[in-house]
Amino acid sequence: MITDEPAIWTQGLRKSYPGRGAALDGIDLAVPAGTVHGLLGPNGAGKTTTVRILATLASFDSGQAWVAGRNVARDRAGVRARIGIAGQYAAVDGVLSGRQNLEMFARLYRMRAREARARADELLERFDLVEAAGRPVRGYSGGMRRRLDLAVSLIRSPRVLFLDEPTTGLDPRSRLEVWDAVRELADSGTTVLLTTQYLEEADRLCSRITMVDRGRVVAEGTPAELKSSVGGRDLDEAFLLITEGA
Amino acid sequence: MTVSIDGGMTETVHGSRITWAMVDTWVVAKRHLLHLVHRPDELLGTLMIPVMAVAMFGFVFGEAFGVAMDVPGAEYREFLLPGLFALTMAFGIGNTTISVAEDVRGGVLDRMRSLPMSPVAVLAGRALADVILAVVELSILLALGTLFGWQAHLGLGGVIAALGLLVLLRMAFSWVGILLGLLVSGPEAAMKYFALVFPLAMVADTIVPTDLMPGWLALPAEWNPLSSTVIATRELFGNTAGPATTWVGEHALTMAVLWPVAIIAVCLPLAMARLRRLGR
Ligand SMILES: Nc1ncnc2c1ncn2[C@@H]1O[C@H](COP(=O)(O)OP(=O)(O)OP(=O)(O)O)[C@@H](O)[C@H]1O
Ligand SMILES: [Mg+2]
Repeated sequence: MITDEPAIWTQGLRKSYPGRGAALDGIDLAVPAGTVHGLLGPNGAGKTTTVRILATLASFDSGQAWVAGRNVARDRAGVRARIGIAGQYAAVDGVLSGRQNLEMFARLYRMRAREARARADELLERFDLVEAAGRPVRGYSGGMRRRLDLAVSLIRSPRVLFLDEPTTGLDPRSRLEVWDAVRELADSGTTVLLTTQYLEEADRLCSRITMVDRGRVVAEGTPAELKSSVGGRDLDEAFLLITEGA
Repeated sequence: MTVSIDGGMTETVHGSRITWAMVDTWVVAKRHLLHLVHRPDELLGTLMIPVMAVAMFGFVFGEAFGVAMDVPGAEYREFLLPGLFALTMAFGIGNTTISVAEDVRGGVLDRMRSLPMSPVAVLAGRALADVILAVVELSILLALGTLFGWQAHLGLGGVIAALGLLVLLRMAFSWVGILLGLLVSGPEAAMKYFALVFPLAMVADTIVPTDLMPGWLALPAEWNPLSSTVIATRELFGNTAGPATTWVGEHALTMAVLWPVAIIAVCLPLAMARLRRLGR
């Protein structure tokens, strides 16, 4: 159910890796439920680090983080029961078939065996993987693999979905398919936090965008606001101007 | 903050934590066993080690060792087989370490860490798969040994107890492998460290009795966890063994239980701590 509180909320999120400077130097985020929110920034800006922290995969040094109404630092299990994650890091098993992957992860999401099988069928159908279902994932194309990854992250219909560069390396057609899936999810009420290198992707999918650079938020707003804030014509220009000026 | 009433699964799921940990462990174990079904050549390769060991040590070195020990070759093989059973358990560490290191690298472990599953099951699934695989390996070795004239002399009870000890040892080594897999930088490193399993497997009462070793080697060999299991299983099988002269030898049965339990008691919590720290 959708409440007024943001589905993702952080304040002053900081993290440094031993022997390095701060990877995150005070990130504030507020993502309303049921929206697609973009996290943009140059390489090394801290996008993946942010996603990993919010998905309970990494710890943070200070600040606050809430996901789906749960405190990320204190209620990891509660967060984990409500999120899905796909992208740069969390992966599927390359040796198992697509169906075996879905069934295994469904079981680990605490579904009964029969329920898991039914859910696997449903997701294979939805992501156009029925024909490849029995083949080892190693033999999948990049696009098929990404679709399977997405399918796995949707097994339990998460309230909040983290997508870390979900379309990097995909051909235009596969990219469009992922975009459609993301829109569909947002329409059905899922909150999506998406990182991407493609500004067109952010422009088309995201209702709001947070730009980060060197672990700090450098701009926040709707795609239109960001464009007009620098008087630029498109998001590429805005991106370059904002991250350079930071 | 308002608490949302979406019936999140953590609350609605019934059954105790322990029950769920066991279910999750089985699901993860099944994954590792399915790997072997998908890659039968790997299973074959794994089974090759004990088979080759029986053939090499039993027949190539067997006569010579028999001479050194002043017993006929057949009697040496009687002495040898329990040693090879335990040695096979030790060699399993390699596969465990590599597979865990691959899961760290490939991101499967991260995926599992993001699930509302039992954290210990992420790792315990591997240990369970190893134990199941050990039972298969031991069955093959028993059959092979019997073919070569090896015998258990003290009945079924002794055989079952001995197999239990061997499987327990494998479980302990599995946790060693899991811990190492979480510590190494990647599967390549795991493969390079594999040579370390040789002293573990051989500086023990496995192939050569410790009293034939130089003194400085005999001491670590006696205290090697493998030795306790080997001596204890030799007793349980009723296989030839010299009279126990050392403290460890006299308490082999106790030590064969204590060692693995102690190893698990150390490695399991360390591995869990390491798993939690992976995200740092
Ligand atoms: N495990 C780690 N150990 C040490 N430093 C790290 C680690 N992970 C990330 N960093 C550092 O933290 C900073 C932020 O990295 P992060 O991966 O979050 O960036 P990103 O915005 O996702 O970049 P990209 O666009 O390249 O994916 C970088 O300076 C990176 O070098
Ligand atoms: Mg990244």
